[in-house]
Order: sequence, then structure tokens, then C-alpha cells
Amino acid sequence: MTNIAYVRSDFSEARAAPRSTTGVGAWLHKNLFATSTDAVLTLLGALFLLWVLPPLVNFLFIHAVGINGTVEECRLETSGACWAYVWSEMEFFIYGFYDIPEVWRPNIVFALGALLLVPLLIPRVPFKRANALLLLIAFPVISYYLLAGGAFGLKPMPTEKWGGLLVTLIISAVGIIVSFPLGIILALGRQSKMPVIKVLCIAFIELIRAVPLITILFMASIMLPLFMPQGTTVDKLLRALVGVTLFSAAYVAEIVRGGLQAIPRGQYEAAASLGLSYWKQMYFIILPQALKHVIPGIVNNAIALFKDTSLVYIVGMKDLLEAVKTKNDTALEWQSANTPTTGYIFAAMVFWSFCFSMSRYSMYMERRLNTGYKR
Amino acid sequence: MTIRELGRDTAPRMSFFNDPVIRGIIYQVVVAALLLAFVYWVIGNTAANLAAQKKTNGFDFLWKTAGFDISFALMPWSRASYYWEALVVGITNTLLVAFIGVVFATMLGFTIGIARLSSNFIIARLAAVYIETIRNIPLLLQLFFWYFAVLKTMPSVRQSIALPFDAFINQRGIMVPRPTPDQEFAWVMVALVGALIVAVAIGGWAARVRTRTGRYPSQIVWPSKVADAVVTFLVAFLALALLLGLVFPIASFVVVSAVIAAAVALGSLTRYAAIAKGAVTFFVSFVLFNALLGFMFGWVPSLVVSLVSALTALVVAQVVYANTANRPPSDARFPLALLVLIIVGVPALVYWATDASLAFEVPVLERFNFKGGLQLPPEFIALAFGLTIYTASFIAETVRAGILAVNRGQTEAAQSLGLKDGDRLRLVIVPQAMRVIVPPLTSQYLNLTKNSSLGAAIGYPELFNVFGGTSISQSGRAIECMAIIMVVYLTFSLITSAIMNWYNGRVRLVER
Repeated sequence: MTNIAYVRSDFSEARAAPRSTTGVGAWLHKNLFATSTDAVLTLLGALFLLWVLPPLVNFLFIHAVGINGTVEECRLETSGACWAYVWSEMEFFIYGFYDIPEVWRPNIVFALGALLLVPLLIPRVPFKRANALLLLIAFPVISYYLLAGGAFGLKPMPTEKWGGLLVTLIISAVGIIVSFPLGIILALGRQSKMPVIKVLCIAFIELIRAVPLITILFMASIMLPLFMPQGTTVDKLLRALVGVTLFSAAYVAEIVRGGLQAIPRGQYEAAASLGLSYWKQMYFIILPQALKHVIPGIVNNAIALFKDTSLVYIVGMKDLLEAVKTKNDTALEWQSANTPTTGYIFAAMVFWSFCFSMSRYSMYMERRLNTGYKR
Repeated sequence: MTIRELGRDTAPRMSFFNDPVIRGIIYQVVVAALLLAFVYWVIGNTAANLAAQKKTNGFDFLWKTAGFDISFALMPWSRASYYWEALVVGITNTLLVAFIGVVFATMLGFTIGIARLSSNFIIARLAAVYIETIRNIPLLLQLFFWYFAVLKTMPSVRQSIALPFDAFINQRGIMVPRPTPDQEFAWVMVALVGALIVAVAIGGWAARVRTRTGRYPSQIVWPSKVADAVVTFLVAFLALALLLGLVFPIASFVVVSAVIAAAVALGSLTRYAAIAKGAVTFFVSFVLFNALLGFMFGWVPSLVVSLVSALTALVVAQVVYANTANRPPSDARFPLALLVLIIVGVPALVYWATDASLAFEVPVLERFNFKGGLQLPPEFIALAFGLTIYTASFIAETVRAGILAVNRGQTEAAQSLGLKDGDRLRLVIVPQAMRVIVPPLTSQYLNLTKNSSLGAAIGYPELFNVFGGTSISQSGRAIECMAIIMVVYLTFSLITSAIMNWYNGRVRLVER
């Protein structure tokens, strides 16, 4: 007789308790030593850090010459970064050749800008509309008169004297803000049913996107005077602004087009069936949805533009990077082996903090606006 | 209240100007007219300006002598060369640095992108720090840093730093030996190409036979086993010779290494293959780690370095041993060793048989400068380095997004089919990820090419520098030069997008 049924006649052995999934040991096991391969990678990573970090920390902090140091200390063989140099040239790095007694004017502009921008960025603060209007209309006018002077008894200050971080911020702010509506119009034009407008928009967008920014700025620098009637002089800052804005507009247009294409046809048809005019359809129905889709792209573009402002040296503006480079090359009283490195590290830290905060804010905004798709 | 008659549903009359069609035509005519007027105005102004500056125009200057120097050119260049030759030099220099940048940025970017997704905390964090730091700093600043703060502060020519393999680095760039192949070496190249073709053919045939019948062709099984042993022997011998020759020098290291390597190779043919593989891995990784750690921590006693390397190599060997033990028997594996042996062995045989020689012209320090060898200027190095590092951070993000875009269900489905990790990645995940990765990757390549124009700021003679800067100031033909530059960049962009469209068409999901 075959035994076709299997009935357990004894107890199975008790298994070991499962490995703890909390606590330091479990974290180490899961993240660093899960497999032998992981252990090797961890070891190599740790060795790499051991190789890189001590010299870096030594250079930046321990052996560095503090802000009150002297150039003699910087010239020592053993010393690291020369922060004293950055500190003593700080005014040039921020304002360029702006007259020192008049520096309170850019300072007010900085403060006013921060005062208007911060409440706009915090979602809970009320009066968004008034705030935006102040920032986008009143603030530029006030800033222009404050910075350029020549009215209300302020000393005139030609744009040739502006420089440093001031110019970097002006160009990127104007570029980001003005290229946005321009880009939307170009994107709508590219989707238009009118062949002339469509072709013109496509040609503009593709031509600009195909060439490097440096050529566009160069065009603005040497071709713009040729294109203007004889005797017209175009301000250098204006040339840079025009070049950067047109360049950025083409990129914004392509980003917005992506958003427009992501909107289902039904939305267009529904908007049309309500009897809205074209611009009302766009303003009330299509663009609010499309722009929500493309916030990451827009912010990426803003970050790219902020970094690209460093190219305006082509038109002869002294932006932050160019100011640092000028001082590195010409400040003989601060010449030492580590001076240029320190200058570039300082500029890198400034650029980095602006770009990094923009990208973090965009991630925060994305999560907040991700309303329709969260379940 | 009016009553509308049934059956008369024609559209209500609208006034002439409210008809969308008519309106559209009017808008377009107005826009076209404004544009034409603007162009007419600009051309008029330009003509007047040029006449006032007494400048001529036209493209005839391309066939005139340029009369300026170019510091770095792939082709013969002298002051007597023509402007069109300057254009060609600019384009080739741009393409050279773009090509090198693309190759290295792709390798670095894929490594970092995959590392960022690693489950290993340290590796993932390191990759994240790299990406977030590099891509938030302007490329121009990075170029300035590499050029002015790193390469320009290198020692002067007389105090050049000597690198391994007769290379030197100093203020004027990197000097490396220049290969000078003789006549017979051409046969080696021919043999290499032939061997590559043969190897690919054999590999393809073997794979096809296996797909059809379920096993690799019997003619290949024995040669592949022998090739496996030979490759094992060669690799083990090389590693041991380095180990015993350089790290722990002993006399007659050649004989000892040969004997041990032969023993390991024979062992790999028996059922102790896993142990043999582990041993080979140990030798190779020991040598590698020892060299790497010795370079990184020169101040640590060499005994400590060797000890740590040995420990790491032991763990690596254990991993390989465990993996090999789980592998199918060798006749069910792709004959990789055989193909490698063909590709390496045949040219080596030809090299030996034809008595060819590949000499290297070594750079030699003379009184004021290096003579001979290949001299890479610092501008080129800084630009290639900067472009690679900058673009790699963007490629890494592209790769990460592509891998994350593959649905988790795909991984689970592949696992439930019983695919191993390697096959799962190769057959299921990567093909789908590539579909997402390739379009943005192409545009990163294009960005890199466009960004190479920043080389102008550090004096690398690429297209914009040669033809936008120097040529314009020498010839005065600003409009013509800028037009040519724009056309060249436009061509790059159009070619890239054409390739991308072709690829997209190929990998697109086939839908109903």
C-alpha cells in the first residue's frame, strides 16, 4: 500500500528570529554591507573620501588664511585658501566699478528685491497679486532710477560702472522674467494654424537653439551697432540683455510647447465650445494646465540662464565671474599661488548657492502643485 | 420671440472682419509686411554703416591669405594659409574636442548615473554630491578653474613633473610619446580588423545556432574551453609577474609566475574551476588595488597598503568565486574567451611574424622646451576636461531618469521568468531605458558641441575662436564670418536631430 497522504508527525524546528530591520546595525547592513560587492564598494568609497577630504578641509579651512590675514601669510608655502583676498576685494566682486559712496543704492535694490521676492515664494503669505504687481512693475522702475541715477538728485551712474554680482543678478532676473512671456508667445505661434506666423516662429526658435549663446552675444556686440541707423549707440548692458533674453525665449518656447502638447485635445475643444475667444481659451483653460506641467523645465532653464550670464564678458560686461578673473589677473598686491584658486572657489560658491536653491525650490513647488495626479 | 424655421441651419452671417479665415489672412499679411519692412530697414542701415566705414563685403576673402598663427591644428597651418583653411582648422578642432568630450562624458556619466541609483549609501551619496556640485556651477567658471588655477600653475618646463610611460606635465601642457609605426605595422592593423570581423561572425553564428537548437555548436565547445584556459593563463601570468616583479620582488619571478599561472589555468579546466577563477581574480585585483592605493596614499607605509589591498582583493575574489560556482557549465556559456583570444592573438601573431615594430618617439627635455613626442596644449586639456566633467553630470541625470522610467513591474516580471540579474538588465531593463535615455542624451551631445565654443575664452582655437575672433579682426568681414559660423553650427544641429529622429523611429513602441 502506497502512502499517498503526507501528514506531519513532528514539529518543525523553530526558525531564528528575523534580522532586525531597525537600528544602527540594520541600517549599516542594509546600506553598506548588504552583499560582499557592497562591502568592497563601501571600502573603496571610504578610501576615496579619506583621500579627498583631508586635503580639501586643510585647504579650505585649517591652513586657510582668514579674512583678517595678510598677503604675506597667503604667500607662505604651507598656507591654503586666501580668504583675506576675497574679503578685501568683496566690494568689486559685488558692485564692480560702482562708486563706493553710492553703494547704498544697489544695497537698497537688493533689499527691496529680497523683501518683495520672499513673500511671493512662500505660499501662505497673502496678497500675491499685489505683491507680484509690485515686484514686476514698480520694482524695476524704482531699481532703474536708483541704480542709474540722473533723476531725483541722484548722481548719474553709467552702466559701464555696474559690475560683479549686481550685473549677474540684473541680467539673469531680466532674462528670466522677460523671456517667459516671449517664450509663451513663440510657443503659441509655433502651434498656430497661420502658416506665415508658424514658419517665422519655427525659424526663430530653431536658429537660436542651434547656435551657442556666445555667438548670439557676439552678434549683439558687433552686429547690433551695424544694424542700427548711423550714430546710434546701444548700451552694453542692453546688448547683453537683448542677447540673453532672445536666447532664453527660444528655449522657454520649446519647454512650453511640450506642456501645450501634453494637454488633451478635449480641453481645447471644451474651451472652444464655451465660446471663448482664442486668447481667453489660452489664458483661462490651456496655459494654466500647460504651465503647471512644465515648471521643472522652466526652472531648469532659469538655472541654465543664471549660469550662462557668465558669458556676458563677450560684450564687455564685468559680471561676477569676470570681476573675479580681472582681480585674479590684475591685483598684484594679492598675488600668490593660491589667490586665483580662492577667487574661483568663491565665485563657484556664489553661483552654486543661487542655482542650488532654485532647484530645491522648484522641487518643493512641484510637490505642491502636483494636485491633480496625487492619489 | 422669433421663431426659426426648421431646415435653415446655415451659419449665421458675420461681418467681413469677424470671419476667422479673413482675419487670419490679415494678421499674416500684417506680420509679413512688418518683417519685410524691418529687414529692409536693417539692410539699409548696414549698407550705410559699411559704406561709412569704407568696408567691402562678400565671401571672396575666403581665398585670401589669412596671415595669422593658430596655436593648435590637426593639419599643416602657416601664416600663408587661406581663410577657408582657417575655417577647416576651426571645424576640425571643434569636432576633435567634442568627440573626445562625448566619449569620456558618456563613460563617466553612465557610471555616475548608475552609481547614484546604487543601494550602497556611500556610493550613491558620492554620485549625488558630484552631480549637484558640478551642474550648479557655470561651465565657464570650471574652464577658468582648470586652465588658470590648475594647469597654468603647473611647474615651468624645466621642472616638469614626470608621469609614468615617459609622459610629462608642465605649464605648456602634457607631453606624451608619439607612436611611430613602421611599414609592416600596417599588416598588424589589417590583421586586427580581420580578426574583429571573424570574431563577430563566429559570435553571431554561435548565438544563432544556440537560439535555434538550444545549445552552442559542438565545433566551438572545445576551442572555447582551450581559449578559456589560455586567457586565464595569460591574465594570471601578467598579474603575478607584476606582483612578484614589482611589488614583492623575488628572483626568477618569471618562472614562478608561469608555473603558478599554468597550475591555475589547468585547474580552471577541472571541476575546481571556481577556485581557479577566484585565484585569478585575487591576483588581478591585488595588483590593481595595490597600484591605486599606493598612488592615493603615498605617505602610508607600503606594508599597510599591501595589507589593505590584499584584504579587499580577497573579498572581491570571494564574490567572483561564489558567482562562478553558481554558473552553468562552460559549454552553455557564450564563448567570450575564444573571441577575445582571436582579436588579441591574431594581430600579435602577425606582429611577431612580420617583424613589425611600433616605436615610440619619447619627448625629451632640451634647453628651453620639449622636443619630439605629442604635445597636448593646456587649452585643449582644460577644455576637454571641463566639458567631460560638466556634461557627465547632465548625462548621469539622464541615465538615472531613464532607468527609473522603466516600470518596477518589468523587473518583477523578468525575475518571475527566472532571468538572472545580468540577463534581466541586458534583455529587459536596458533596452527600455535606452528608449528614454537616447533623445536627451543626443541633445546633451549637441550641447557639449555648442559649449565647446567656450574654448574661445581660454584660447583654444576652435571654430568660434578662429573664425569669429581672429578672422573677423583680420578680415573685417564680420557679417560673412558670423553667417558661416551659424551655418556650421546649424548643420551640426540638423545632423544630430536627423540621427535622433532615425533612432527614435527605430526604437519606437510599435502601436496599433
